[in-house]
Amino acid sequence: MSAVVFGPVGRRLRALARAELTLLGRNRSAVVMALLMPLSLPLSVRPAVDQMDLKAKGLSVGTVMLTAAIGFSFLFAVYTSLVSAYVARREELVLKRLRTGELDDAEILTGTALPAVCLGFAQAVLFGVGCAVLLDAGAPRAPYLTILGLLSGLVLCAALAALTASFTRTTESAQITAAPLVFVSMFGSGIMIPTEFLPDRLASVCELLPLSPAIRLVRGGWTGQLSAYEVLGAVVTALAWTVVAVFAVRRWFRWEPRR
Amino acid sequence: MDTNEHEHVIEVTDLRRVYGGGFEAVRGISFSVGRGEIFALLGTNGAGKTSTVELLEGLARPAGGRVRVLGHDPYEERAAVRPRTGVMLQEGGFPSELTVAETARMWAGCVSGARPEQEALALVGLRKRADIRVKQLSGGERRRLDLALALLGEPEVLFLDEPTTGLDAEGRRDTWELVRALRDGGTTVLLTTHYLEEAEGLADRLAILHDGRIAAAGTPAEVTAGRPSRISFRLPDGYFLGDLPPLGELGVCGHEVDGDVVRLRTRELQRAATGLLVWAEGAQVELRGLDVRSASLEEAFLGIARKQEVAV
Repeated sequence: MSAVVFGPVGRRLRALARAELTLLGRNRSAVVMALLMPLSLPLSVRPAVDQMDLKAKGLSVGTVMLTAAIGFSFLFAVYTSLVSAYVARREELVLKRLRTGELDDAEILTGTALPAVCLGFAQAVLFGVGCAVLLDAGAPRAPYLTILGLLSGLVLCAALAALTASFTRTTESAQITAAPLVFVSMFGSGIMIPTEFLPDRLASVCELLPLSPAIRLVRGGWTGQLSAYEVLGAVVTALAWTVVAVFAVRRWFRWEPRR
Repeated sequence: MDTNEHEHVIEVTDLRRVYGGGFEAVRGISFSVGRGEIFALLGTNGAGKTSTVELLEGLARPAGGRVRVLGHDPYEERAAVRPRTGVMLQEGGFPSELTVAETARMWAGCVSGARPEQEALALVGLRKRADIRVKQLSGGERRRLDLALALLGEPEVLFLDEPTTGLDAEGRRDTWELVRALRDGGTTVLLTTHYLEEAEGLADRLAILHDGRIAAAGTPAEVTAGRPSRISFRLPDGYFLGDLPPLGELGVCGHEVDGDVVRLRTRELQRAATGLLVWAEGAQVELRGLDVRSASLEEAFLGIARKQEVAV
């Protein structure tokens, strides 16, 4: 681990991540999207949440709002902003230029993703503290599950962003190609509506969506209501999606603009 | 150390590259570059220069044949080759919103044993532009930034794809001097260019690419040696080609007439020119627009293109 952090790989990743963070800071629309969406969208869900019979499902306003905020952070601070970043770097031939150097392909994709992933993590920590203090969400009962869900969600968002970028030609069209996962996740993965409120059969299908396991683990870690069997199911599903996404990126990622 | 690297730093054998649509951009080329040599790939646009260089840089896998850089396959053995090579792509490759200094710092962080960024920028005369965003640089300044980054790791082998395109005359001369100084310091340089004078003046050896194949290769002198010299002039009014002395006796090996302009090709320039001028003196006519030039890379280059047209 220390070899990765302090060795040549760590040095290269830091150099790339630093440049990428500078670029993120200079892209106003990306900053607005990454900072405001995860903050404002959960508030729009609030009236609907107040109508729900949360107690019967063992949930509270705090835990539902928290997972909504973290889910939106996955989708906007990490996934959508990374699709744009990967496409922009490819179209400016930055990825091609980086591939002429010592970085290997995985390092290039990881270094580019680091600022967005760290931002997503920082937002989640802030939301966790905020909801615990302001909305009486309390402390997580099984924090390791919340952390596990958080990390798996962040990694999967980055991998899916690289995959989406593979078939996105311009930064403008990134808004469109990123939309399907955003909408499917918002409604199906328990971000806007907890899956507990979906019809059983639909819920069991929605559990298999890419971000469902991450959200489930984050929420379950907070409420402490997941059985070992449910945890295993979520971990296996999250792992399967990550393996598929990484494989697909290795197979189909485009490093250069189409001629 | 690798056994053969002292002889050939770059070795290319029967190299082929085919694009997704089936277009064969590189059709079986072979050459080698020795340590401390400047080697130029010369060719028109679409001749296959960049397609070839990208294979040497290890950006793509060849469709056939073999590439060895410092004794390694640059695609399969990336980690062994990259720390020892520097690359300048044909265009771009930098985020437009970063400044020159930020770009150099980022790149330096990705290179083992990088020289100080300021030193690299100073080499190409960009130190004063360190705080300017890349998008505000001129085309020539961007080329120089690219060169500075290629030099950051003090590479043993340098790949330069059209290094002076977009540079003004002074910038071009500065780049040539820098490349020569690097060669004198032991760096092996492979560059592509479509400027004939660049290849002629800079390269120790060169290859002319045409339609994905090497049409001619050697030192500039060797490539031009086999080429005929040229004489052109306007026929005086009332004179025809047949009024000249028999062309064979003048040592002319080919001719064209375009209106009243006559172009002769000869491998015996002095004999042909003397015969022609003696005839003109005797006939008391003036050969307007007289142009006599010995074989040049330009002639070799045009000859290759001409041969291709005839073949088509």
